Amino acid sequence: MRTLYQFHGGIHPPTDKTQSNQKPIAQSALPAKLVIPLHQHVGNSAKAVVETGERALKGQIIGRPEGHLSSAVHAPTSGTVAAIDLQPVAHPSGIPDLCITLIPDGLDEWALRDACEDWRALSHTDLRHRLRNAGVVGLGGAVFPSDMKLYAHKHKITTLVLNGAECEPYITCDDLLMRERAAEILQGAEIMRALLYADEVLIGIEDNKPEAINAMKAAVAAGGHARMEVIAVPTIYPGGGAKQLIRVLTGIEVAAGVRSTDLGVQCFNVGTAYSAWRAIRHGEPLISRIVTVTGNVDHPQNFETLIGTPVAELVAQAGALPGTTGYIMGGPMMGVLLPSDQAGVIKSTNCIIAASDKLFPPPKPVLPCIRCTRCADVCPAELQPQELYWFARAKNLTKAEDYHLFDCIECGACSYVCPSNIPLVQYYRFAKSEIWAQQAGKKAADAARERHEFRESRMEREKREKAEKLAAKEKAALAAAKEKAAVAHSPLPNPDKTTSHSTKLPNDGSQVAGYLPKGEGTNESLRELQVDDTIQLKIQAAIDHAKAQAAAIKPKNTGQLTPQQQAEIAEIEARRARIREIAKDATEEQPSK
Amino acid sequence: MLSALLAMSVIAIALGAVLGFAAIRFRVEGNPLVDKIDAVLPQTQCGQCGYPGCRPYATAIAEGLADINQCPPGGEEGIHKLADLLGMEFKPFGGETVTKPKAVAFIDESTCIGCTLCIQACPVDAIAGAAKQLHTVIASECTGCELCIPPCPVDCISMVAIIDTTTSWKWKYPVYALTPAPIDTP
Repeated sequence: MRTLYQFHGGIHPPTDKTQSNQKPIAQSALPAKLVIPLHQHVGNSAKAVVETGERALKGQIIGRPEGHLSSAVHAPTSGTVAAIDLQPVAHPSGIPDLCITLIPDGLDEWALRDACEDWRALSHTDLRHRLRNAGVVGLGGAVFPSDMKLYAHKHKITTLVLNGAECEPYITCDDLLMRERAAEILQGAEIMRALLYADEVLIGIEDNKPEAINAMKAAVAAGGHARMEVIAVPTIYPGGGAKQLIRVLTGIEVAAGVRSTDLGVQCFNVGTAYSAWRAIRHGEPLISRIVTVTGNVDHPQNFETLIGTPVAELVAQAGALPGTTGYIMGGPMMGVLLPSDQAGVIKSTNCIIAASDKLFPPPKPVLPCIRCTRCADVCPAELQPQELYWFARAKNLTKAEDYHLFDCIECGACSYVCPSNIPLVQYYRFAKSEIWAQQAGKKAADAARERHEFRESRMEREKREKAEKLAAKEKAALAAAKEKAAVAHSPLPNPDKTTSHSTKLPNDGSQVAGYLPKGEGTNESLRELQVDDTIQLKIQAAIDHAKAQAAAIKPKNTGQLTPQQQAEIAEIEARRARIREIAKDATEEQPSK
Repeated sequence: MLSALLAMSVIAIALGAVLGFAAIRFRVEGNPLVDKIDAVLPQTQCGQCGYPGCRPYATAIAEGLADINQCPPGGEEGIHKLADLLGMEFKPFGGETVTKPKAVAFIDESTCIGCTLCIQACPVDAIAGAAKQLHTVIASECTGCELCIPPCPVDCISMVAIIDTTTSWKWKYPVYALTPAPIDTP
């Protein structure tokens, strides 16, 4: 007999499970439409990969996982995509989210399934990849992508805990799953054990489910599973919390800010193990789950329900009764009130309770806290709920964080026992989301500051570079001018040549430099001198040729000129000659200056 | 008498040297208070406070030149934080200041002529584009400062309020009706 441990606190609310666990799992009828949200899991939303009007087959990916932490979404049956738009979803905010609406065609035609006879032949990477593409996420409520939890850890995982405790009142989906499909759950656990290299598998089931315990024990024996043990744990709420169940089964207490994997334990819901097996062995993605329909209905029962089935249509199958005031998704302790009965069932929908005033009377008036500390006595996370309440109420968020607000699992035990009827969990949820929003705001502000400062420094750098460029340009221009002046001032040894060409040739330093004697010129003139004389000769020949051609040109339209015109021409010619004379003088005078 | 004077002056010189050395050795660059104030400001860099950005405003507050109630994007919460930090009394916004809901700029791409004026105005480089190319706002980086709106020659930029999604949604502060407790009559 294994030694079991205890966790702090806990309560014993009426379990209310017998209403729904008397009948076997029924197959939910095909609804008129399926509303499948693209964001059903922790992490990034899946990206729609179908178009409106397209026909999708059962099990076909309609939302592809995006990024590292994400999961795929599939068509639960064959049909036509009617819309991809914002629809009411099963979320307490009531904010619509992106959903794919599928109109079933009734054929239930499967897409190609990649079944695998022997999963042990597959590589671990391949197995994780298959799980991701099959959209397998934690079905216990956290909807965390399972492939991300199945990495061999740097700390060796010794124990795989399978959570079949199902501690919350009313919910019986895991109970029925274990009763009817125990062998397949255990096969899934084997895959998980292999991926984690874990030694033993502990299956924790609360002792108010004897049928499930027996079925699982029989399956372990029949399947020949070694080092796998089904353990009945005492019924106490919230014994199904991952940290609490790990504590009860192994005695390990997972401290604040520590993951159970750091201590060698990984925990999965039994439903997740079942879906993992269906995905690997049969290639069936997560397109349906067991949902308990209970509360104010005629015949409470568990239904194998397609993801996306509108809640109203599902409840109708259990015989909706008048007097229903709303639908709770989850249990009465931690569940959320659905904003719309048209929202589709999602992967985390374990239970739908039709609430009525008779089942859940309106909350009693809230009275002041009398500091009785009953909440602290029952808190499974060993917090001081009354202190957290004061801080959250006063919006003193830093203080609430100091008192380990984020260790709160929102189980609702404190609210349950509060004699003043204070909705404590609502305060904690408020404080948590406020802190998250502040952290997000701070992150955004830091990013904006960084970008602004980068921009400032960039603009400064650009300004500086511009100024430097300008300065360099000016310096170069100055140097060029100086050089020019130096060349022009150097003595010209062959005045004849210069004189004869100065009027026709551009007054170019290099041209002149060609005639400079060795040793007297700049670097450039020296280089000029090294150039073969033939170039100079060629240039001279070209100049002479041009001159001859210019001389050969006869002035046109000079035949019949009036004396006045001839006088004008003569005047212009005289002026040109004068200018030439002046220019010649100037070039001759230059060297002497 | 003389020895006392001598002793006192020696002590004074020695302590002065220590202080002088400490002033140089442990010198703090800039004003640390400015950093603390800047950390509280929302970093929209919008200039609505009358200063060209959050840091200049933080510097002005630290020097006592600006009031703590000049930052509309920070909201009243921001004023409370500044008041806490500086040990001052909370001071509400002046008459005309209105705090707007958070928004991001949106460029109507059919109207944009690609003039780059908004890109030059954006304090956090949140607009992508080039001359004669379509511009677009990188919504995740936009601080909603509205500085890009006035320079646009074709008025193609508008502010779009950020709507809550299921991921950004926050649980509300619990509010419940106060009902008189039933009185037990014996």
